[in-house]
Amino acid sequence: MQTLSLAPWLVATPMIGALVLLVAGRRTDRWGHWLGVLASAATFVVGLVMLLDMLGTPADQRVGTHTVGSWISVGPLHVDLGFQVDPLSMTFVMLVTFVGSLIHLYSVAYMDHDVDRRRFFGYLNLFVAAMLLLVLADSYLLLFVGWEGVGLASFLLIGFWDGRRENAVAGKKAFVMNRVGDMGLIVAMMLLLATFGALDFATVLPAAGEGATAAGQGVMTAIGLMLLLAACGKSAQLPLQAWLGDAMAGPTPVSALIHAATMVTAGVYLLVRSGTILEAAPDAQLVVAVVGALTLLFGAIVGCAKDDIKKALAASTMSQIGYMMLAAGLGPVGYAFAIFHLLTHGFFKAGLFLGAGSVMHAMDDDVNMRRFGGLTRLLPVTAITMGLGWLAILGVPPFSGFWSKDKIIEAAFVGEGWRPWVFGLTALLGAGITAYYMSRLFFMTFLGRRRWRPDEGSGDAGAPVRHPHEAPRLMTWPMIVLAAGSVFLGGILALGDRFVTWLEPVTGHAEHHEPVLPVWLLMTLTLLLVVLGAFLAFRQYAVAAVPVSPPPAPAVVRAARVDLHQDDVNESLVMRPGQYLTRALVYSDRTAVDGGWLGLAGGIGRLGGRLRRLQNGYVRSYAATMLGGLGVVGLVVWVLAS
Amino acid sequence: MEITHYLGLAAVLFAIGAATVLLRRNAIVVFMGVELMLNATNLAFVTFARIHGDVTGQVLAFFVMVVAAAEVVVGLAIIITIFRSRRSASVDDVNLLQS
Repeated sequence: MQTLSLAPWLVATPMIGALVLLVAGRRTDRWGHWLGVLASAATFVVGLVMLLDMLGTPADQRVGTHTVGSWISVGPLHVDLGFQVDPLSMTFVMLVTFVGSLIHLYSVAYMDHDVDRRRFFGYLNLFVAAMLLLVLADSYLLLFVGWEGVGLASFLLIGFWDGRRENAVAGKKAFVMNRVGDMGLIVAMMLLLATFGALDFATVLPAAGEGATAAGQGVMTAIGLMLLLAACGKSAQLPLQAWLGDAMAGPTPVSALIHAATMVTAGVYLLVRSGTILEAAPDAQLVVAVVGALTLLFGAIVGCAKDDIKKALAASTMSQIGYMMLAAGLGPVGYAFAIFHLLTHGFFKAGLFLGAGSVMHAMDDDVNMRRFGGLTRLLPVTAITMGLGWLAILGVPPFSGFWSKDKIIEAAFVGEGWRPWVFGLTALLGAGITAYYMSRLFFMTFLGRRRWRPDEGSGDAGAPVRHPHEAPRLMTWPMIVLAAGSVFLGGILALGDRFVTWLEPVTGHAEHHEPVLPVWLLMTLTLLLVVLGAFLAFRQYAVAAVPVSPPPAPAVVRAARVDLHQDDVNESLVMRPGQYLTRALVYSDRTAVDGGWLGLAGGIGRLGGRLRRLQNGYVRSYAATMLGGLGVVGLVVWVLAS
Repeated sequence: MEITHYLGLAAVLFAIGAATVLLRRNAIVVFMGVELMLNATNLAFVTFARIHGDVTGQVLAFFVMVVAAAEVVVGLAIIITIFRSRRSASVDDVNLLQS
């Protein structure tokens, strides 16, 4: 590939944008947001040039690395500053820059009234730069730099409106929970270095594939589990999922960026990139699939009970990422579909979040869906674009989601023994619940009776007064483009297995396996469940009146409303014991360590105080002491001599 | 007369000097006690020189005399200075240098 040397510019362009915006400060306030958009769009153009070049090269020459120079060289550790350009990283580059640019454009209008809009765009550019570094790095160490950069940018953006305490707390929560995952990546890197003596993909990944037996099964399982821990932190999977809901405290474009293009997709990328390591450790691979299956159910259940439109979408992201993790845990048969679903999900989830932002924009920043309703007429563009995204996430043919999610369900049914049944049925059930909660979100917002009133005089006395209006063009156009992607992208890429073939240089060729149930039956079952879920939601939230306050509900619904008690669990299992541990350590430090030394010093001080009494100022007593000393010396000499 | 009797005399003189230093308060008298102890030492030195038949002890006695002379000069000057400022020659009155 001739354009390989452009790879550093993919990271440098948004980074320069971020630096200019953040360093030049208020001087750039007037045009800073357009610089941000320009940096992001320019990155997309660079990526597009590279993609076209890659499409023009034969499939077996599409994997390349561009080394800028030596980065770290100490003892046995040599890490180059290099960029990995292959179909997998280019897929991410296109997703991040394209969806990212649309979100930048949308933010120009969305953050119009914010005095800190320029700083916001600086952070957005930083986010994109960090994510691109993450996906383009050619070693785990450089990937880790991008990984941390993404964590930093998410912290800055989630807590962007840090004037309010809960926003700052949400940012901190995301950062701290990500730290737990980062520990996993650090430990995994240490193990990789100890086992293979290198950290670059070109050395480690083939070695892991060939020399699994040489390294020992236990070590490979440990590396796999540590990588999974890292992925769980970034991708909000059980047990590190709790930060995702609170991350909704950030401005809505940030939620779209985190959920669609950057951040949560990083975990899936890491696992697919480390595919050969996971294949060498079947136990770890099984855990990946189990975590994915559990999270997909967890997110779906939570999503059914949330009244906050953004939190319902966040739960949906968790669930969809669960699908991707499940696919990544299925082995080579699932890698391509995990990335495929990630790509289509990036489009429809970004569209849904931008739509939610548009609804909030219209409803005075209210997020409570129980106070929405009947908005189709007033927000036609938002309703149609969100509707297309809704059909896509449901997996209705021929929308994007159908092509990717259906394949994951199919792949989950492949295998022997109990696994296809457990994973397959979980994925199938998840599709039904997804249909229910996404339809619930859509119907509660756009259909049904109005649970607000246009002016003081009309409607229910208790309902809030709202003046909904369609968003400006700068906001609706990105939504329209994303909606078009939600409709067509999946079908275009799925035709003739184009996407799977495209990724083959990275993920390897997967033999086709027949699922334990026939494909037509699976497809019918999935569609039946989807229709059933959507119908239940329609009856409950479009036909029947929606109560404006959460009605009394059975215990499981009450639990789902508070995220299945995830915060209580974390608090009682991790936070409180951790606090007790630190308190005990502080106490033992004060009493045992400090106490010991302070006691010794105090004792010597007191001894000095006693001895000081001897300095009484009387010459004659000094003389007596001297004489006594002389007598003692004489006695000793006499005893020793005799 | 046995030569060891000189040593006994030196010990007695030394004991008297030491007792004077320890028991008397007047700085002049204390000084005299110190002088007595130094002279007792000199006597012992000279005696040992005689016993051993060399001059080391005598030389040391001369050294002690020189040092004692210098010490008397400085010591008396200090005593007089203190007496001028405090109107007292008692060593127990000079106890400001204490803990």
